[in-house]
Amino acid sequence: MSEVPVDRFYLSSHEWAQESDDGIVTIGITEFAASELGELVYIELPNEGDDVHFEKQFGEIESVKAVSALNSPISGQVVEANATLLESQEPITDSPFEDGWMLKIQPSDDSWKSQLMNSQDYESQLNNS
Amino acid sequence: MKKTVLNAAHQRHGARLVEFGGFEMPVWYSALTEEHHTVRKQAGVFDLCHMGRFEVVGDDPVRSLDQVLTRDVSTMKKGQVCYSLVCREDGGILDDILVYRLPDRWWLVVNAGNREKLLPWFADQLQGAHIVDHSESLAMVALQGPLAAELLAPHIERPKGRDLRNLGYYRVGAANVNLTGTSLPGWISRTGYTGEDGFEIYVDSEHAEAVFDALIGLSDQVHPCGLGCRDTLRLEAGMPLYGHELSEEIDPISAGLDFGVGLHKETPFIGQSALQEIESRGPERRMRGFTVDGRRPARQGASILHEGEVVGEVTSGSPSPTLGVAIACGYVSAEIPDDAPLQVDLGRQTPDLRPHPLPFYRKDAEKV
Repeated sequence: MSEVPVDRFYLSSHEWAQESDDGIVTIGITEFAASELGELVYIELPNEGDDVHFEKQFGEIESVKAVSALNSPISGQVVEANATLLESQEPITDSPFEDGWMLKIQPSDDSWKSQLMNSQDYESQLNNS
Repeated sequence: MKKTVLNAAHQRHGARLVEFGGFEMPVWYSALTEEHHTVRKQAGVFDLCHMGRFEVVGDDPVRSLDQVLTRDVSTMKKGQVCYSLVCREDGGILDDILVYRLPDRWWLVVNAGNREKLLPWFADQLQGAHIVDHSESLAMVALQGPLAAELLAPHIERPKGRDLRNLGYYRVGAANVNLTGTSLPGWISRTGYTGEDGFEIYVDSEHAEAVFDALIGLSDQVHPCGLGCRDTLRLEAGMPLYGHELSEEIDPISAGLDFGVGLHKETPFIGQSALQEIESRGPERRMRGFTVDGRRPARQGASILHEGEVVGEVTSGSPSPTLGVAIACGYVSAEIPDDAPLQVDLGRQTPDLRPHPLPFYRKDAEKV
């Protein structure tokens, strides 16, 4: 069974969002998503200053087999993209919830959490799929 | 979604299952690249039960088949296997298939995704013969890789004591398969879709799981391999895949499959005049191979550009585990010379395409 940390929120398409003390939200994909993708070969992320939108595609991730869309769990502005992933996508596979983070976002409003699943709900989605 | 008789075995071996051709099939068991190298260097076992296995029954199957297949089957010898296309009247490809001439019967192996389409088509078009669909009752598994012949030979009993290692490439014969503690009557062909030496084995479906497990158990160098690496292996080997390189909108001449077309064979076949015309005026597009600059593979549907203009389209692309670079093939307008600079449209980037002869990989060349 995949790990689902309790300290963050989830989108049904397997992206996570975690708020830090300064209100910046870090996003990435879950361990389940990473294991479904298999061996990764490429990632495309937005640049600092770009806007991302709730449930809209913010980038692409590519495994040996196929390309998958990355959807944003939150609307806001990119303050940082994880540049190390552009060189190697291994952190996404090895540490999807920590080193494999993708973007840091300044949220456009405070209500973003209400649109996402908590860890329990996401875990039941995984169990029912 | 349909399942093959090996579905439980796949789950037992830890496969990740995906839809392919209407079937739930293993895309990989451990990891795609690892399985790819297993087939290139050792031997891998594949479930091919999703493919269609048709028997052609009729008074004169040679003549009946020659009317519907591009290949001249009248010249096939007993025990021979041939690649052929099935075309529409306008030359569009309905499927690419293997034709098996067994001592006393004819078989076709067709693509999983085209099984349902071909059955009514053959029923309409085959004259003096009909198809008996054995896809459910007869299982098909493959052992592919350089170790396949040595590992399998001791367990395959052929008529007159013939050694499996002497079965020629694209030859098929009856065999008793002694892998499971009992002797199972079946067939074996030296065919495959990986660019390696290997065999495809046909036994009654009730024994499929035991045979599949026994093949994996032949040696610790043998592993079950999914359709993910089957795709990268066939792409490196320059073999077309229906739905990618081949479709009803493509003809075999443009696809570079002239060898599978008996353009001037005696028995007229469906699509013959259209293909003769395409051949004489020259196809408008050509199948070409490329390596892709940079990290990102080009995928099916990506536009191929020359001086900013779209001149073609990628049909398949992937990182090549053997070559260590991204490879792609696709159709390019025949007017574009081989040395013209080309790019591929990958959204934000338009990396250069470097022409590469097809196939990307040849097993014999590796051994030199």
